[in-house]
Amino acid sequence: MTELFTEMFSYHFMTRAIVVGVLVSLCAALLGVSLVLKRYSMIGDGLSHVGFGALAIAAAMNVAPLALAIPVVIAAAFLLLRINQSSRIKGDAAIALISSSALAIGVAVVSVTTGMNTDVSNYMFGSILSLSKADAVLSIALSAVVLLMFVLLYPRIFAVTFDETFARATGAKSQLLNTVIAVLTAVTVVIGMRMMGALLISSLIIFPALTAMRLCRSFRSVVLCSAVVSVVCFVLGMTASYALELPSGASVVIVNIIAFLLFSFASLLKRRA
Amino acid sequence: MAQLICKDVSFAYDGETVLSDINFSIDAGSYLCVVGENGSGKTTLIKGILGLKAPSGGKIEFGDLKPSEIGYLPQQTRIQRDFPASVYEVVLSGRLNSMGKRLFYNAADKKIAQDNMERLGIEELKNRCYMELSGGQQQRVLLARAMCATKKLLLLDEPVTGLDPVATNEMYNLIKLINLCDNTSVIMISHDIHAAVRYATHILHLGHKQLFFGTAAEYRQSDLARRFVGGGRG
Repeated sequence: MTELFTEMFSYHFMTRAIVVGVLVSLCAALLGVSLVLKRYSMIGDGLSHVGFGALAIAAAMNVAPLALAIPVVIAAAFLLLRINQSSRIKGDAAIALISSSALAIGVAVVSVTTGMNTDVSNYMFGSILSLSKADAVLSIALSAVVLLMFVLLYPRIFAVTFDETFARATGAKSQLLNTVIAVLTAVTVVIGMRMMGALLISSLIIFPALTAMRLCRSFRSVVLCSAVVSVVCFVLGMTASYALELPSGASVVIVNIIAFLLFSFASLLKRRA
Repeated sequence: MAQLICKDVSFAYDGETVLSDINFSIDAGSYLCVVGENGSGKTTLIKGILGLKAPSGGKIEFGDLKPSEIGYLPQQTRIQRDFPASVYEVVLSGRLNSMGKRLFYNAADKKIAQDNMERLGIEELKNRCYMELSGGQQQRVLLARAMCATKKLLLLDEPVTGLDPVATNEMYNLIKLINLCDNTSVIMISHDIHAAVRYATHILHLGHKQLFFGTAAEYRQSDLARRFVGGGRG
């Protein structure tokens, strides 16, 4: 086991991927608790598809992928929130609409320019090799910002997540907070999707929160537990991916599924007892 | 001195007026029950007072009260069933409006949350999950949260809906006690007209416009109450 870890960390790209991945897992788990409880689980999924479209266009235009994808996905996050509030089109339908549109545009752009090559497969299912040094530095800086914002806004995030009407009635700026949460989610999704893949990044947001909620009964414990679960699952998943030569995104998700099942089982036992 | 004054207030949804000619004021320490049938505009008025909906006409003025100094107890249905939150977390979140630019709750906030839990007899439930409590206990938690937000005005939207008779009585007595001991004003939306005339000092009867505003004693003598209550004995 120790040998495996030593060998794994002897590759620079692996160390880089794990450092970025652990930070992204942390961000995703924290934001995930609020998103899942606010019934916004699908936002991560919608945003990742938009991210895919943006990455495809960035590749076609030969610009830095993150530099284009981050603003585009943040704009999409704003749009999704607006649509949610105007309620002409219901939230879930709006997300489905935007995500499939972005996917279609992305696929069309890719097939016109480079053809369906390994790039596309990497965007869809993730690859740890796709992370350049500059990307890694940017990712680490952005995750640090997301983590800091979450910690500093924690009491407000709880209030708005638990009871938005009460929070608004007593003067909290819930619109602003929702926007901040959406922007932070957008940033997390874009950073994480290179490694996890556009199709799998949303699981990083949803799974740890749901897993933690099987056993924990207070908001703080759910937040802490989902952070730990997320990081542990990511490291185990990456190790499995390295040892068994599995795609990184898929193996991280599979470890998350196992954790979810274990927690569900434990919760069942606890209730019986 | 009046805490809250409504002058010719009206509300509209998509250009259609749902509530008009609202004129009333409440003084510190009064207990106002807002009654009326379903869809008569009670909840709309509450939203207006809370600043969640702008009036389409008239003016809502606050006396020695900032709009954020209202402790609100929403209708129960609003909060989802499977939310993991401890009683303490919920009660403490009532201090949010007093934080200003501060980022975290301080010792004073925590003390106030603790005191209010003790006053409402829920300090043993402190670490329990809010969702696992009985209806009556949940309402006490939300009342404690509202009390953390203010000592001046509590706005309660049907606080006894879904409670059994014992819990209902306890809730009414608690609210009256807070009203009398702390001189905290209460505005309560209620379906229970009998309890309204028993506990409240003033009654506001709505039916798309203001049908009655006055003291509970005056209301008891009015034709409106006789028709609404049936017999008018309260």
